[in-house]
Amino acid sequence: MKEFFAFVRKEFLHIFRDVRTLLVLVGLPTVLIVLFGFAISTEIRNVNVGMCTQDDDTAITRLMEKVDRSEYFTYVGRYDSGADVDEAMRRGEIDAALIFSDDFSAGLMRPGGSEIAVIADATNPNNASMEVMYLSSIVSDYFREDLETAMMSMPQASSSGQVVPNLRMLYNPQLKSSYNFVPGIMGLILLLICALMTSVSIVREKETGSMEVLLVSPVKPISIVFAKMIPYFVISCVVLINILLLTIFVLKVPIAGSFFWMILVSVIYIILSLGIGMLVSTLVKTQIIATLICGMIFMVPVMMLSGMLYPIESMPEPFQWLAQVVPAKWFIEAIRKIMIEGVPVRYVLKEIAVLTLMATVIFAVAVKKFNDRLD
Amino acid sequence: MIEGDKAKDVIEVEHLTKRFGDFTAVDDISFEVHRGEIFGFLGANGAGKTTAMRMLTGLSLPTSGRGTVAGFDITTEPEQIKRHIGYMSQRFALYGDLTVKDNMDLFAGIYGVPRREIGSRIDSLLDRLDLMHEKNSRVRDLPQGWKQKLAFSVSIIHRPEIVFLDEPTGGVDPAARRQFWELIYEAVDEGITVFVTTHYMDEAEYCDRISMMVDGRIEALDSPSALKRAYGASSVAEVFDILARGAARTE
Repeated sequence: MKEFFAFVRKEFLHIFRDVRTLLVLVGLPTVLIVLFGFAISTEIRNVNVGMCTQDDDTAITRLMEKVDRSEYFTYVGRYDSGADVDEAMRRGEIDAALIFSDDFSAGLMRPGGSEIAVIADATNPNNASMEVMYLSSIVSDYFREDLETAMMSMPQASSSGQVVPNLRMLYNPQLKSSYNFVPGIMGLILLLICALMTSVSIVREKETGSMEVLLVSPVKPISIVFAKMIPYFVISCVVLINILLLTIFVLKVPIAGSFFWMILVSVIYIILSLGIGMLVSTLVKTQIIATLICGMIFMVPVMMLSGMLYPIESMPEPFQWLAQVVPAKWFIEAIRKIMIEGVPVRYVLKEIAVLTLMATVIFAVAVKKFNDRLD
Repeated sequence: MIEGDKAKDVIEVEHLTKRFGDFTAVDDISFEVHRGEIFGFLGANGAGKTTAMRMLTGLSLPTSGRGTVAGFDITTEPEQIKRHIGYMSQRFALYGDLTVKDNMDLFAGIYGVPRREIGSRIDSLLDRLDLMHEKNSRVRDLPQGWKQKLAFSVSIIHRPEIVFLDEPTGGVDPAARRQFWELIYEAVDEGITVFVTTHYMDEAEYCDRISMMVDGRIEALDSPSALKRAYGASSVAEVFDILARGAARTE
């Protein structure tokens, strides 16, 4: 045991003497969380809205004030014709516009009603559809309030009210993209630290020839590998705590479910990733190839097939099958359920079981491969 | 270190053979290494030196034959052998990103040197090398010759019965090589047996006895002067040339 701890100490020294790598390990998750949380956001903000009407109408003015008050839109100004709106959109002055039919307020009282056209610059289709959705909901809100005030004065008219869909966005009512990204980034970063760093560190000993000296020493080969995992396990836990603190206090994403189970799932995932790193190290001879495999070949499925960026359900079927063997997919799903939806642990048991099974299999294969390689 | 009841030979090998498929890397070698001597293990590249050494250091098992190192059987007790030998290779000296002291701590820990003795052993080693002022320097900042000397000192920090040196002086200038050999003599004076492979024939002259491997077999084994006499040669290099001429396996 003593030689084991002498070796663990050495591994910590390697890491702490290499301050740059350590900073990357701890700093990268912070940067990613902040980037995804704020800069790279799929939410819309500061959308410039124009308006086009033929007459001065207080109802329209009040509606535009309401639009301007919302946190998504800024009211820019009034245009005289549809052509002017088009022109302004091309110039980049406005991103969306509301065009009111002639005689708007008076038309409301007539059987045919009045019309509002909601138009948006669909160069970016995602933004455009969100702009249209938000704008129409502001407009219908406005007229519902209007209608309610009108109905107060004549309660007998209430039976003729139209059907108004009541939309609710569960678990993430503000549609914050950080709710989606945080579990994804955890899945990515933890794999990166555990698999990449562990495999590179084991392969480095082979490359420099120190492995030979260690193999002649009384240290058991398998202890060498486990001793290397301990520091990266510790760093991963620090990173995990760092991510959670940032998530709760900076991104203001509340942890809806059980903290304990979330940590437990993460620890299983960390161990699984360490196993992957060890497996890679038994298969390759140079640090560059280890980096390529972990850094590129593993990153692609984690980004594409884990549900981090794209929903798995909408993928072609072969890709859906492939996604089932990506550990990050199960981890991200479990974390989303616990962290965002806040469901009791019995709904996450499947994910936990799959991750545990994967960790067991990977470790068994890695240890076997490692022993086979020695002679 | 020398105790009266210990066996005269630190290594005893009989009919040791290692085959990889059809290829016989080590072909039925037998020899002894006496306690307290410097044993030179020579041979061209591919002659089977490395394979033989791997078997002696407990890294691989022989296909047939038997042998003991430091009193332990190479087939059944490789773990015990590892505790009682030292090993140094040319390819890797020490961890460059760790300090001199860290490296010594590590290997003392790995070889199970009692914790209370580690500090004093490190200090006495550094004193002898006159490197006390570099105790906290990173190994990669030291000149190659110093690294080699440090690596040797580290390889005997646990006072093994025998130390295996695998081409220890590669890439070192002649002056540093001479200093290195002085260290080897000091270790021998303390009772450590030295088993060394080298490509430098002048170094072979410093050994008490040398063996020459050709094509997996030991073709000659004796003191340098006896070998020179037997082959009518003026130097070990000439003996080596005569023997290696018949070699089928070259790189």
